Amino acid sequence: MKIVVDFDKCESNAVCMGIAPEVFEVRDDDFLYILQEEPDESLRPKMEEAVRMCPKLAISIEG
Amino acid sequence: MESIAVVGASLAGLRAVETLRREGFDGRLTLIGAEPHLPYDRPPLSKVMLAGEWDETKLSLRANPYDDLDLDLRLATRAAGLDLDPARRAVLLDDGSRVAADGILLATGSQARTMDGLPGNELDGVCTLRTVDDARDIATRLDASPRVVVVGAGFIGSEVAATCRGRGLDVTVLEALPQPMVRGLGPMLGAVCAQLHRDHGVDLHLGAGVEGFEGDGRVERVRLVDGRTVDADLVIVGIGVVPVTGWLEGSGLTLDNGVVCDATLRAAPGVVAAGDVCRWPNPLFDDELMRLEHWTNAAEQGVAAALRLVRTGPDEAGAEPFAPVPFVWSDQYDVKIQSAGRFTGEDEVAIVHGTTEEYRFVALFGRAGRLIGALAFSRPRNLMQYRRMIFERTSFAAALEHAHAAG
Repeated sequence: MKIVVDFDKCESNAVCMGIAPEVFEVRDDDFLYILQEEPDESLRPKMEEAVRMCPKLAISIEG
Repeated sequence: MESIAVVGASLAGLRAVETLRREGFDGRLTLIGAEPHLPYDRPPLSKVMLAGEWDETKLSLRANPYDDLDLDLRLATRAAGLDLDPARRAVLLDDGSRVAADGILLATGSQARTMDGLPGNELDGVCTLRTVDDARDIATRLDASPRVVVVGAGFIGSEVAATCRGRGLDVTVLEALPQPMVRGLGPMLGAVCAQLHRDHGVDLHLGAGVEGFEGDGRVERVRLVDGRTVDADLVIVGIGVVPVTGWLEGSGLTLDNGVVCDATLRAAPGVVAAGDVCRWPNPLFDDELMRLEHWTNAAEQGVAAALRLVRTGPDEAGAEPFAPVPFVWSDQYDVKIQSAGRFTGEDEVAIVHGTTEEYRFVALFGRAGRLIGALAFSRPRNLMQYRRMIFERTSFAAALEHAHAAG
């Protein structure tokens, strides 16, 4: 599973960070950083929730 | 459960049908929408969609094709009532037909509150903004560089004002209360919102009640209660929304500023509700009856109500209360305003992580010693941390300590 963020769409609302801080981090520069591009399969439900809840629909999962 | 009907084809309804299929529900799934459009994203309507080029690809709510959901899709179709008799439970449509369903999920959302009854409200150029068709109409009118008057300095009105200023248009905002969003934010933060508008060249009138609209066929000016007038070529009324429940009158459901549900989102046997139309007691906030009108709630509640239908047994075992921390965002000018929790202007407030003058800070709200809310101006990282603390019932003192330690 690979996490892909469309940074043209991302507006750093940080909702994904609220759901999975181990994968998504919005830093004090207000940019989103992906801490794990290929998170463990056990995180899939959280990743799917982050996809659903992103206000800009900027996150997708490959594989 | 062999058939489910979801009434309302916007965000809550869409996330509900997606959830049902993901959960393995393979029965007949009907999605009924009053608008002629597939579900679309509403937040961009007051922002990018009014900013210039009209681009409907920015409104998509779904990356995968709709065929994947195998829906009985009924667009441009209005529901007119419910038959709650368990032996023949059904949604009644306004063409007289019925959609029989073992489970029904109500997600008809809300509609813009209008100034019906005020003189001149019917004039051309007096608009509200709720649907994509409203937005397209307003976007076309903005191309003529009108003098814009926005009535109401809530989220929608403020975003429209910001977008119009971004296009270089003359914008007047009329707010009936002494400060923008004063009931929700209190006078100090309301004043910050007012200053943000003024810094960006908005002619903001506070305590300015509207008496009516004047013009010859088209609106030419707005008359205020105090007798003054404001010239206008286009008026956008943003004075809130009302839940769409008229079609449920007489259905047997409890209607009171929304469809009143239990803590698990159930309105009646086999019937649940989600999104702007749902009013339910939130256990995280002392069972306060809440009705939320925001994107994140529609998405979360659409999922939760769908799970409530298919994961709960006949004896109601396994039904879980829906206990979210409300979350809202609003983009105005170059500021991202986000709020988490449930607070009012009456609560204790502390400014941390910056200052109001630089429009980069967090306001923490406390009640009875508990952190109950946070409002951030361009502090998304911090806001999301406080959203979690609110969920964890963190004390106000501990939240302040966290803020001061973080600097």
